[in-house]
Amino acid sequence: MANFYTDNPDLKHHLNHPLMQKIVELKERNFSDAEKFDYAPRNFEDAMDNYDKVLEIVGYLCGGLIADNAEGVDHQGASCADGRAIYADGTVENLDACRKAGLMGMSMPRRFGGLNFPITPYIMAADIVSRADTGFENLWGLQDCAETIYEFADEDQKARFIPRVCEGETMSMDLTEPDAGSDLQSVMLKATQDEDGTWRLNGVKRFITNGDSDIHLVLARSEEGTKDGRGLSMFIYDKRDGGVNVRRIENKMGIKGSPTCELVYKNAKAELCGNRRLGLIKYVMALMNGARLGIAAQSVGVSELAYREALAYAKDRKQFGKAIIEFPAVAEMISVMKAKLDASRALLYECSRFVDMYKLYEDIAKERSLTADERAEMKHYSKLADALTPMAKGMGSEYCNQNAYDCIQVHGGSGFMKDYACERLYRDARITSIYEGTTQLQVVAAIRHVTTGTYKALIESYAAQEYKPELQALKDNLAAMTEQYVKAVETVTAVNDTAYTDFMARRMVEMAGNIIMGYLLLSDANRNESFVKSATVYNKLAQAEVAKHADFIANFNPAQLDFYKA
Amino acid sequence: MSLNIIVLAKQVPDTRNVGKDAMKEDGTINRAALPAIFNPEDLNALEQALRIKDENPGSKVTLLTMGLPRASEIIREAIFRGADAGIVLTDRALGGADTLATSYSLAQAVKKFGNYDIILGGRQAIDGDTAQVGPQIAEKLGIPQVTYAEEILGIKDGKVTVRRRLEHGVETVVAPLPCVVTVNGSAADCRPRNARRLMKYKYAVSPSEKSKLSAEDQAFVDARPYLNIEEWSAAYVDADPEQIGLAGSPTKVKAIENVVFTAKESRRLDNDDQQIEDLIKELITNHTIG
Repeated sequence: MANFYTDNPDLKHHLNHPLMQKIVELKERNFSDAEKFDYAPRNFEDAMDNYDKVLEIVGYLCGGLIADNAEGVDHQGASCADGRAIYADGTVENLDACRKAGLMGMSMPRRFGGLNFPITPYIMAADIVSRADTGFENLWGLQDCAETIYEFADEDQKARFIPRVCEGETMSMDLTEPDAGSDLQSVMLKATQDEDGTWRLNGVKRFITNGDSDIHLVLARSEEGTKDGRGLSMFIYDKRDGGVNVRRIENKMGIKGSPTCELVYKNAKAELCGNRRLGLIKYVMALMNGARLGIAAQSVGVSELAYREALAYAKDRKQFGKAIIEFPAVAEMISVMKAKLDASRALLYECSRFVDMYKLYEDIAKERSLTADERAEMKHYSKLADALTPMAKGMGSEYCNQNAYDCIQVHGGSGFMKDYACERLYRDARITSIYEGTTQLQVVAAIRHVTTGTYKALIESYAAQEYKPELQALKDNLAAMTEQYVKAVETVTAVNDTAYTDFMARRMVEMAGNIIMGYLLLSDANRNESFVKSATVYNKLAQAEVAKHADFIANFNPAQLDFYKA
Repeated sequence: MSLNIIVLAKQVPDTRNVGKDAMKEDGTINRAALPAIFNPEDLNALEQALRIKDENPGSKVTLLTMGLPRASEIIREAIFRGADAGIVLTDRALGGADTLATSYSLAQAVKKFGNYDIILGGRQAIDGDTAQVGPQIAEKLGIPQVTYAEEILGIKDGKVTVRRRLEHGVETVVAPLPCVVTVNGSAADCRPRNARRLMKYKYAVSPSEKSKLSAEDQAFVDARPYLNIEEWSAAYVDADPEQIGLAGSPTKVKAIENVVFTAKESRRLDNDDQQIEDLIKELITNHTIG
């Protein structure tokens, strides 16, 4: 039986990144929990050993039970009866196994029953789970909502809800409505207060992943008469109180094990989470950033499976007297798949480390005041996390779709049949570039880091690092790409027209992404020779992509923009 | 009702994935070439024990194994999955035991353990495939035995209800406690390791392992009683030297032959029931199937 952690040495490479030392020390507050909790680590090595061993459990479950159940779950799907969502049988087994293995509430503090893991190993678990069953990753990954309760709810709420998540109760984030998808400012679900102050929710939510969960985070309009985001607050709804029913579940193209629900709130009792009016502008923004990192991990997991399925088939399938992998056209496809996989994974973990760094300082700031250096470091990493999250989600999900497409292509006619996993993962992959903000919206979030220079500064910091002499040629290419990127950005911003910048935004964000991922793979190759191949293949791909975008921007006359208007 | 549950388990060479170097020239198992694993059906038994514990809070599951000192590996594995404690019965004098000597030694250990309500074990181990040790222990302890168990349906009023998987169907039986139940591979798979338990118990060691640790690590283990896996000797369980190990084993291996499967002939059958039935009978008679 395969273990999806131990069979993939790339994961351990990313887990053992040098920045982990600092992350672990901050997370464990100098290992002070060791006196209070019998499962807390004694030192850095002990903590890293814990992550390694727990990820081995994740890999064991994923390589066995969860991967084995994936096809059955896809066929059976979730269903709806008597106002409740019903999981496929395999999903029920998967959740039960994850609970027994203690894999819920992984990043929550020990005082609430969590494992107190940094975000990085938690995201690695999500990467592994997604490879086994993409739809199940949603249900399991929604434990991340506990992070929002931990950050913004009061102590009493934390003490009541977080231990339940750590015990295995599931969560959902109820944001979308029929008329409020990407535009959450239009949310209409009504929150009113009884005379005794109890909050009641009334209205409808749509497209809610795992909408029949035990504990919901709900975005609702608490300020009567308001129309924008400042009238929205965040609420916690406890299924034990009743009042929310599932009217129907969507019949989706993929991730069929994950029930996507339409919810009807009828006078549902709820409690306010955090402050009124901050629901969208503060809490949902934080929630979405966490969720986007989760989708980036989910995308990498799908890419991994796509690559492995394609590779295995290409080695096995013989045509014209030899395995098809021996044909350059097929071999190239597979090498590029691996390069995109490795590039998006490198970006995923760089981003998760940055998220860890700033969130840890934020958390420590609740206990004591930070030094000036610490505050500066927090600000630095917060900005970088904000810049890399939409890039990792946007480009990672696009790469995952490209890999799923190529996986079918490698399978040829067989890939079009229902007999191979590739058709399932092709359908599962498709949502990753849509939910938690489409790729187009990730570009909207990312573009300010093009115009304000965050990406450029990050690229310069990578360029300033030392690399082995044999990697110099790749580094030179990246330097040349950077020049093209800087020039393209200057060309676009010189026009000084928002509509024009928006039009060119995706091209510029992708150029930055190509260069950043190019450097990250260079750094991986510097630490570990096994990445030289992907660093080289990706470098060639990035070179062509950057040149294409640079060319488009250089040759575009802003007056031609009118032809692109509908 | 809280119960005291013993799970008998064995560390075995993994005979499921044998390579060409699995057997030595003399026909005995080349243990060095095969990884040592938790006997699969003993994991099924452990799961049944843990389910009894889930149903009866306050119950205690203790793993008992006889083998080399390194068998503490399966004790840790069981503890990661939910067992409370473990004992390794290990002694040079116990080496070379057949099923009779093994069951005697383990029965002595159970007597030493004392107060127990139920003993569970796998139907058989994948190295010897005898399925004799569990039943023999029951005989030596003078308590009932239920074999081929697929599921323990419940424990109530001092009786256990067990569904057995037999060749031609299932049978549900009730037995008084204490008793021995041997569990089939068709029973539920064992639950995975638990993350918190793994982090808590990963430094659990037996005395032989502890002696190899640094002074600092020894002090760490000493300060935490739950990290100490017990090791019992033959003398500790009051075993009669004549009845243990090679001395207590009447079974002698006379010869071992390598079986080489070769296709000698092919036969063509017509599509009629009689010919197929005759073939099946023939294959059963010559032990090819069944």
